[in-house]
Amino acid sequence: MDWANFTQQLINGLSLGAIYALIALGYTMVYGVLRFINFAHGDVFMIGAFAGLYLHRWLKPFFQWMPAFLSALVVLLLAMAFCAALGILIEKLAYKPLRQRSRLTVLITAIGVSLLLSYGAQLLFGAAPKGFADLIKNETHDLPGELSITTEQIVVLVVTLLLLVSLRFIVQKTRMGLAMRALSNNPTAASLMGVNTDAVISFTFGLGSALAAAAGIFFAMLYQAIDPFMGILPGIKAFVAAVLGGIGNIAGAALGGVLIGLLETLVVGYSQNIGIPPGFRDAVAFVILILILMFKPAGLLGKSEREKV
Amino acid sequence: MRPLPSLALMLFILCGVTLPGCKKKDSAASSDEIVVGEFASLTGATASFGQSTHKGVLMAVDEVNASGGVLGKKLRLVTEDDQSKAGEAATVVRRMISREKPVAIIGEVASSRSLEAAPICQQNKIPMISPASTNPKVTETGDYIFRVCFIDPFQGSVLAKFMLQRGLKKAAILTDVKQDYAVGLTDFFKDYFTKNGGTIVSEQSYSSGDKDFKAQLTSIRTTGPEAILVAGYYNEAGLIAGQAKELEINVPLLGGDGWDSPSLVEVAGDAMEGNFFSNHFSAEDKSPAVQNFLTKFKAKYLESPDAMAALGYDATMLLVDALKQAGTTDSAALRDAIASTSGFPAVTGNITLDAKRNATKSAVILQIQNGKFRFVETVAP
Repeated sequence: MDWANFTQQLINGLSLGAIYALIALGYTMVYGVLRFINFAHGDVFMIGAFAGLYLHRWLKPFFQWMPAFLSALVVLLLAMAFCAALGILIEKLAYKPLRQRSRLTVLITAIGVSLLLSYGAQLLFGAAPKGFADLIKNETHDLPGELSITTEQIVVLVVTLLLLVSLRFIVQKTRMGLAMRALSNNPTAASLMGVNTDAVISFTFGLGSALAAAAGIFFAMLYQAIDPFMGILPGIKAFVAAVLGGIGNIAGAALGGVLIGLLETLVVGYSQNIGIPPGFRDAVAFVILILILMFKPAGLLGKSEREKV
Repeated sequence: MRPLPSLALMLFILCGVTLPGCKKKDSAASSDEIVVGEFASLTGATASFGQSTHKGVLMAVDEVNASGGVLGKKLRLVTEDDQSKAGEAATVVRRMISREKPVAIIGEVASSRSLEAAPICQQNKIPMISPASTNPKVTETGDYIFRVCFIDPFQGSVLAKFMLQRGLKKAAILTDVKQDYAVGLTDFFKDYFTKNGGTIVSEQSYSSGDKDFKAQLTSIRTTGPEAILVAGYYNEAGLIAGQAKELEINVPLLGGDGWDSPSLVEVAGDAMEGNFFSNHFSAEDKSPAVQNFLTKFKAKYLESPDAMAALGYDATMLLVDALKQAGTTDSAALRDAIASTSGFPAVTGNITLDAKRNATKSAVILQIQNGKFRFVETVAP
């Protein structure tokens, strides 16, 4: 076995996995508090990438005296803030009025919101893919043993790690995080204990959408082109990642995302050795979904819950 | 049951929104005009192809109408967008035939989508002229299907010959397996290349719409090729060039006419520099036909035409010529007139349709230099 090749594939897979992980967190957190799958999440990811592109374009005059990493950070934070606001708005307008309805109603609404966002974006930005701006100077760094890693890959991995650590801090150490966990545990009891349910749900949507925006910008940075339908497949794969890790479980979503990214890359990279054509790369996630639902429906880190009757 | 009434209401509203679009055009086949159908990928992944051919077709139609039309009637162009989607081409062509009754249909660039529409045109006995589908299977569908460009057995050999002439004997191939065009081009390239002393060191594939090619490129890198054939369309080719550079693969990439789009360099930027592709015509060609077309196109659209625009123009002009020859819009007579086209002077070279309804034309090799497509050489069939 060629270790250099294998390690290079791992590096490639890890940066893809980091993006899936960031999106998966949004699915899993919303599921945690509301028990429904927000299928519009992949489109928030897409909007994040477009927000990044346009913010960078509009703020260009201000960036001239800034070092590149600082301007990239400003774009990232502003896009995250924008998508957080968008996520909260979507929840308020589309999901909140349906909170007492059956989960199926909300689910179908989510698909509607998803279509609205992607076709709205097509109307606004056009259907042709757009090249993404170079936020940071991208260089290829040589590692020992014929390996290489690009600046962008390093940035994606490091910033993702930072975001995961800060998310863990928010969920575990702050009052809002405590409220989120309480709501996820038992919504009725939480609201009886004085938890402001609406505020917590808004916060959760905002947080998840901000992470999706970061993922969108990273995806655009790594793969250079963005279009209004770029969110569909990564969105679905991230959903599978959330299920793989155990839906509702934050560490599980991160783990699931990384695993899916790695597996997908390895299957494509070694397609000739294992006899799966690379065209089946998108099938990898779905085969995993089927297997996990068959053998461990609660996911890798999830606890199996008995459905209350 | 509450949801039911609201569902009915939704359906009602939905119908209200969509039905006006279905309203029948009152002048579907009025006697003072000739309807020409066109289906193209105006939006979606390969939007640049559809946009360009449409500009060429529209320019031809406007020109003909300005000079009094054909057979004493004006041409009316009906254009449908297939959104670059598989399945959509068949739908829009079927709709166009039943509603607008075109005398002939022009389309598509992507072979997969031409292959979808061809059986429908054949069945309805409506001549279809593809401007730029190079897969041989397209015209094999039936005797009503034509094209005004060369086919991939030729294009594949052109690329293979070009590589071998430059001493590049070890090639890797990256193919878009979702596109008939790409799969065909790879086969014909491989055939010629291996028979003439080249070796294929690695064969990888991807699907249209993929964004991440690092896994395939990393595998290709370990096999040490001297050149890489990227058989696919411009979007993915641009991304592949960028990612190859990031992985420090510094060998030339080669492609076919599917690379021809301004977006090719827009997405890849510097990474595309020095790569080659085969094409139907070069805007640097000094022949009066090309230069005349360039001037007219720039005056109308304020931009330079690519090969797809030129082929769209040629396909339409060839149809108009055949209408004149036939002297009628009767489908069998029109078909025969198109089939007997010989030495028709077109922008992309003289067109003579052979017994298999293909045009035999020379190809050009272009190189990307400073973001522009520069002419390298012409290869005659």
